[in-house]
Order: sequence, then C-alpha cells, then structure tokens
Amino acid sequence: MRKIAIYGKGGIGKSTTTQNTVAGLAEAGNKVMVVGCDPKADSTRLLLGGLAQNTVLDTLRSEGEDVELDDVIKNGYGGTRCVESGGPEPGVGCAGRGIITSINLLEQLGAYEPDQNLDYVFYDVLGDVVCGGFAMPIREGKAQEIYIVVSGEMMAMYAANNICKGIVKFADAGGVRLGGLICNSRKCDFEHELIEALAERLGTQMIHFVPRDNVVQHAELNRKTVIEYAPEAGQADEYRALAKKIDENKMFVIPKPLEIEELEALLVKFGFGV
Amino acid sequence: MLLRHTPKEVAERHGVTINPAKTCQPVGAMYAALGVHGCLPHSHGSQGCCSYHRSALTRHYKEPIMAGTSSFTEGSSVFGGQANLLAAIANMFTIYDPDIIAVHTTCLSETIGDDLNQIAQKAGDDGRIPAGKKVIFCNTPSYVGSHVTGFSNMVAGIVRGLAAKTGTPKDQVNIIPGWVEPSDMREIKRIAKEMGVNIVLFPDTSDVVDTPQTGEFKMYPDGGVTQAELATVGDSIKTLALGSFASEAGAKQLDIDFKVPYEVLDLPIGLSATDRFVQALASAAKVEVPDSFIAERGRLVDVIADMSQYLYGKKVALYGDPDQLIPLTEFLLDLNMLPMHIVSGTPGKKFEKRIREIVGDRIPNLNLKNGQQADMFLMHQWIKNEPVDLLIGNTYGKYIARDENIPFVRHGFPILDRIGHSYFPTAGFTGGIRLLEQMLGVIMDKIDREASEPGFELVM
Repeated sequence: MRKIAIYGKGGIGKSTTTQNTVAGLAEAGNKVMVVGCDPKADSTRLLLGGLAQNTVLDTLRSEGEDVELDDVIKNGYGGTRCVESGGPEPGVGCAGRGIITSINLLEQLGAYEPDQNLDYVFYDVLGDVVCGGFAMPIREGKAQEIYIVVSGEMMAMYAANNICKGIVKFADAGGVRLGGLICNSRKCDFEHELIEALAERLGTQMIHFVPRDNVVQHAELNRKTVIEYAPEAGQADEYRALAKKIDENKMFVIPKPLEIEELEALLVKFGFGV
Repeated sequence: MLLRHTPKEVAERHGVTINPAKTCQPVGAMYAALGVHGCLPHSHGSQGCCSYHRSALTRHYKEPIMAGTSSFTEGSSVFGGQANLLAAIANMFTIYDPDIIAVHTTCLSETIGDDLNQIAQKAGDDGRIPAGKKVIFCNTPSYVGSHVTGFSNMVAGIVRGLAAKTGTPKDQVNIIPGWVEPSDMREIKRIAKEMGVNIVLFPDTSDVVDTPQTGEFKMYPDGGVTQAELATVGDSIKTLALGSFASEAGAKQLDIDFKVPYEVLDLPIGLSATDRFVQALASAAKVEVPDSFIAERGRLVDVIADMSQYLYGKKVALYGDPDQLIPLTEFLLDLNMLPMHIVSGTPGKKFEKRIREIVGDRIPNLNLKNGQQADMFLMHQWIKNEPVDLLIGNTYGKYIARDENIPFVRHGFPILDRIGHSYFPTAGFTGGIRLLEQMLGVIMDKIDREASEPGFELVM
C-alpha cells in the first residue's frame, strides 16, 4: 500500500486534481482510499457525487469514542473509500488538532489494516502547512510520498517551496519523500518551463503538466470527476496519464528548498520570457 | 545530599529551567477570584489543570478550594470550548448557586483561541445567567508570565466585570493588596481602621481561605469583597496598588474606567515600606497617623535595636515573587543584613531596576535574576559559590536549606509544610516583628545547635 499526501497553496486545485487522479487509479483497477484533511470537508465531493459524508470529527462528537469505521467511510466512484476528517466552523477551535485526532482515530479503527486491501491512501491537506496538525499526514511515516500541486504564479511557487521546507524537516524522522510537482496550469507565460526549472532546482521532477480545460468546471458542477463525467474528453486522458505516472513513479527525493531571492530570480527570468 | 547533582560552576544555559521559581497563571487567578464574596472560580480547560490549581491552593491554605472546570475533551479542543463553558455556567448557577462565576482560561483554551468575551456575552443572551448574577473573566495563558500575572489579570477582570460608581463621591480609598496571605489582608484592614480610613480592599481572602471550624460547611464563606462594595469603587478618592506586579493592572483599569487616580506602592513589608504605606494612606484620606500606631512602629524599631548583633552583616539569599522580594530586600538592608542572591521566576525588567535602586552600591557583588532560567537551581549554585547565613522563600527551598545547612524562613507561595502564614501577618509594623521573630528563631537555633558545650549560652 502506498500512502500519498497532496499539498499546495489554497485554491490551487488540490482536491480536484486528487479526486481526478484517484478516479484514474480506480479506473485502472486500484483500490484507493481518500482522506480529506480540510475542515470544509469537500475533498471527496466529486467521488461521492455531493457532500454526503459524516465527517470523522462530527461522528466523534455525536457518538463519543464508540465510532465504527463504517460510520465514517463511504464508498465512492470506482469503489474508492472516502473519508472526511472535518473540523470546526471557521474562527473557533483548532482545525490542526482535528486532523491529528481524526488520523489517529482512523488508525485505531484499522482503516489501513491489510484486510482493507488498499493499494493507495491519498491525504488531501488544506492549503499551507500552517501548524503542526497540518503536518500530521507526513509525520511518523504516515504518508511516504508527497506531491505538491503548483502553478506558474508566484504565490503558488512560494507555497510549494515552503512545503518543501516542511518535508525536509520530517524527512529524517518520518522517512517522507517528495515524489514531484504537479503543475495545474493557470496559463501563465512559460509555465511549463518555469515549473520544470523549479522542480529541477528543488531536486525533483514535474511529474505532469495538467492543462487548463473548462470541462473540469462542468464536471464539478455535476459533482463528478472528469473521468466519470466525460470519460472521452482529452482532459480525462490527462488525469489518466498523471495517475499512470504516479503509479510508475520511482523518483523520491528529499527536496532542497530555495532561498527567496533564488525563487524570485527564477520567476523574473521566466516571467519576462528571457 | 538531596541535590547532590547541582554543580558549583554556573554555566550559561538556554531553554532549560530547573525547579522553576513560579507556577501557572490560573493558580493566581483562582486565588484572586476567591477574594470576592460569593464567587466561584471556573477553569476553562481540561480537568487536570483545575485539579492541580485547586490542590496547589489547598496545600498552602489548608482549606478546601472550590472551582469548576469546562472539562475539555478531544472534541472540545477541536471544535472549541464554547458548548462546554455554556453548559458549565448553566450547571453551576443551577447546582451551586454562586453570585458570581469568575472564568479564567488555560493554556489549551488560549491556544485554540476561545473568545471568553463572546462566550460570556452569549451565555447572557441565551439566558444562562440568572438575574442579579454575574460572569466575569480573564485570560491566563501560562506560557506568559507566572502565577503573579494570573492574579493581576483576574484583579483587572474583577474591575472590568464588577467595579462601578454611583456618581456620588465617597470618602473612601481603594486598596488592592496584591498576592498576600489572608492574615496580611486582615492586617491591612486593621491598620486602615486604626487610622480611621474607610477602605474597600479587593480582592480580600480573609474569612475565605482561613475560615474557622464551626462544624458547618459553607460553599461560599463569609469573607471576600462584596458586589455592593465593588459597585462604589468608582466613587473613591484614590486607589493604592500594593505591588506593581500583582496590583497595578487593576488600579490602571479603575483609572481608565472611572478616572480614579492610583498610586503604586511596595507591599507594606518591613519598616520603610510600611512607613510609606501608612503615609500614603494618611495623605490620601487626609488623616493623622494615630499615636497607637507610632507605638506599634516603636516596638518594631526596639526589636531591631535589641537584636542587631545577631542580624548585622548576615548574608541572605531570597527567592519568590517580585512584589514580596522588593520590600523584603529593603527590610534586610534596614536591618544591616546583606541580601546576596535574589531570584524570581516572574519576568519583568522593572523588578531588577527596582531592586538595584534599593540596593544601590551596598552589595557590590549582588546576584540578581528574574524571568526564565531564574530558578532554584541557579539560586543553589550561587549559594555554593557565596554561602549565606539565611534563606528566605517558599517551601521549595527546604532542599537547599538542608543540603547546605542554612537557617530557613518560609515566606511567600507556596508554603506546603508549615502553618502560620494564614494567621500571622508579615505585613505592617507588627508583621515586621513576626518576620524578625522567624529570622532570629532559625538563626539562633543554629547557633544553639552548633555551639560547643562551654559556648552554649542561656541568655541570648
């Protein structure tokens, strides 16, 4: 079983990319579990056809400690197992603690045991790694692989670089490695070249360049992944290609984060198309 | 040798405190809240915090300390403690019927960012606070300051939540006594009465944590400043804040809210500080110092003169809370003793400034440290390098006193292994005699214990 965590700047398309990739892996016959680590609990919406999930933390709150695995896991597209950790409403409580609680609970309940016959577990984590709780999926050998979703925009690259700093910190103790950058295109100038150059500087690879396509929007409005909504579309093939590349990936590294000056220089170089 | 691993050489330390000379903020907040009549302290956090803070106070005052807790679970840490606090407020008013609930936070509720102001507001809006009852609150994160900070924060909370004015000026002086024993609070009230000054003393834990055994349990003992008294503090002539660390914040809040001017004084411990307190009280209330009082002062001076030979030039190490250490240091200097080592776990630059001001050039090699890494370990190391004749501080000093064979006077918080502090004040002139009696007692016990047979004196 491979455990994979997807990180990246807020709004970059982590959840969409994750669910479409998972759909690709499921379509190819893999048994996949998705653990949404976002208080908004919208990481499995496309796989489940809507926000129809009891979150782990809501269940914990209402049922006490007697939670059963079936209370919190729902089957989605292609037999995917979907879990939302959930969390407090905005402005109160501690979402980071929520992720720690929920991942610990899933472990206790045996969600990762061999009898679940899982090939993959994906953790879809909220935005930046703002506190210890959001690093939970990469602590203590939980997820071994990380993919960072990024685009050619400065802030997205800045966030990616920051996440790499987090990976370096946990690489020794937890054994976590960076599997690559996934470029979710925003149609910036020279985006492909820019992200490839960033990947090279970080010591990793751009595992796939996902072009921008409106069919993703249409699929989302229909609460479906592109692979389910428009299996013949070119975009569906892009996600299948990404799934295949992740399935076959052998390049796992401890990244070398850039200094801010280096990062800005890189952006300026490609931004002006030199 | 209990502390045989404490090395003599003082090494530079970062990020480690060994046997800290302080405790948690909520301990102080709880103690301050007990000084309001009919008030039930409430700890907004996990149960363990509340248990520890209650037992810390119970062990010192030898009285049952009542307090509620929000009993945080894993769920409350994630979703916030509002639901628990709202339920707790309703339960406490229903079951225990206090007049006031004084909520303080803990590290956990502070870190997840619970907003007490909003929750207290909601408790009122939802009708969980019965008519005439009050919920007051303050923030007490223990990773900031010390138990003294917590006391100070709750005093300010009492002012924000309960202080008021009628609009008719009153011929009275507010006194915030700082974190002192119930015996000291009782003594301050006696002094004011003797001088003919009307005061509102708050908080006032006398008759709360030193209650008589009557065979009847009172959840809310007779003592404590009343809501009616606090409703007039805005009409007072002035506020005297005794000890800037524990009392200035409350006095400042009164000034902001009701334009009552304030003066910060040292705690009235020892001769000079008590002189200043009596003078300030007399001039604030425009009264003469009565003759009986001059006699009381005279008795203290007489004891000092009689016993000078046992005190002169004796080296002293002292540790504890800043507000106590400042007048104690001054008193020791008045006695021609030499305060050599001074440690306080409570941070704040004004402590060192004030001590240096008092000491001047009288102790050229003074060891002084407060805040982080100012701990019992450092105090012990200093003593190993420059031995002393007397140690003054809370019970935690008994290990050093035993290992180094130093006469030891228990003073400050906590005192876990002796009684007396609740009943015999060290504040005021008579309190000064009590302090002298304690110091001379242990110094002379050592002389007797170690005297050769021919040198063993009947008359001392």
